[in-house]
Amino acid sequence: MGRYVRFMSLWEYANPVKFIRTTDVVLPWVSVLAVLCLVVGLIWGFFFTPEDYRQGSTVKIIYLHVPAALMAINAWMMMLVASLIWIIRRHHVSALAARAAAPVGAVMTLIALATGALWGQPMWGTWWAWDPRLTSFLILFLFYLGYMALWSAIEDDDTAADLTSILCLVGSVFAVLSRYAVNFWNQGLHQGASLSLDKEENVADVFYFPLLVCIAGFVLLFIALVFLRTQTEIRARRTRALIAREQQG
Amino acid sequence: MMPDLGKYAGAVLSSYAVALGLIVVLVALSIWRARRVKAALDLVEKRNKRHG
Repeated sequence: MGRYVRFMSLWEYANPVKFIRTTDVVLPWVSVLAVLCLVVGLIWGFFFTPEDYRQGSTVKIIYLHVPAALMAINAWMMMLVASLIWIIRRHHVSALAARAAAPVGAVMTLIALATGALWGQPMWGTWWAWDPRLTSFLILFLFYLGYMALWSAIEDDDTAADLTSILCLVGSVFAVLSRYAVNFWNQGLHQGASLSLDKEENVADVFYFPLLVCIAGFVLLFIALVFLRTQTEIRARRTRALIAREQQG
Repeated sequence: MMPDLGKYAGAVLSSYAVALGLIVVLVALSIWRARRVKAALDLVEKRNKRHG
C-alpha cells in the first residue's frame, strides 16, 4: 500500500531523473498511439464522411480546425497549472514543462487560425473578421510568441520562470476568452461550440466520431511532444549548469 | 479513392497541407533539438568525469 501511494505521488516527477526515466518508458507508447489516432481519424474524416448539406466539402476542415483550437487553449491551461506549481512549490520540472509546451501550443493556435481563415473564406466570404473568438485567438497567439520570447530573453532560468509564469497568468484571460467568447458576446461570425454535452448542439454523429478520434490524436501528440521537449529542457538546463561549474572551477 | 471536393477543393486541400506541414515541422524540430541537446550533455558529462 505504501509503495502504491508512493507511486501515485505526482510530486515524485518533480525529480528530473525520475521524470526522464518514466517518460522514456511512456513516450514511445504515447507517440505510437498519437500517430495511430491521427492516421485513422484523418483518413476516416477525409475519405469516408459525406459532405455537409450547407458547408459542402469544407466540413472536412473540422478534423484539423477543432482539435487544433482545443489544444491551443488547453496547452495554455496546462502551462498555467505548471506555472502555478512553479510559483507555489518551485519545482523546476514544472517550469520547464510550461516552457516546453509553449511552441506546441503556438503551432496549434497557428493551425487553428490558418485553417479557420481557409474555411472562413468560402463560407463567410472573408479570410478574417474582428469577431470575438477570432480576435481572442489572435491575441492568444501573440501571448504564445511573447511567452517564448521572454524565456529566450532572460539568461537566469529561475528569473525567466518567474516572469513567464506571471505572463502565463495574465494570458489565461485570453485562453478562457478564446473558449467562451462566443457565449459572452452574442455577435460575430463564428458559430457556437462543435462539441457539447448537449447532444442537440453537437455536430451530426457521422462527423462526430471521426472528430473524437482526431481530438484524441491531437491530445496524445501534445502529450508526446511535451514529454520529449521537457526532457530536452531538463538536459539543456543540466548542460548549462555543468558548463557554469566548469568555468568556475 | 479521392473524394470529390467540388469547388471547395482548394480550401480543403490547403488546410490539410498547412496543418500537416506545420505538425511535421514541429515534430522534426523537437526530435532534432532533443538529439542535439542529449549529445551536448553526454559530451559535457564525459568531460566532467574525465576531470573528476
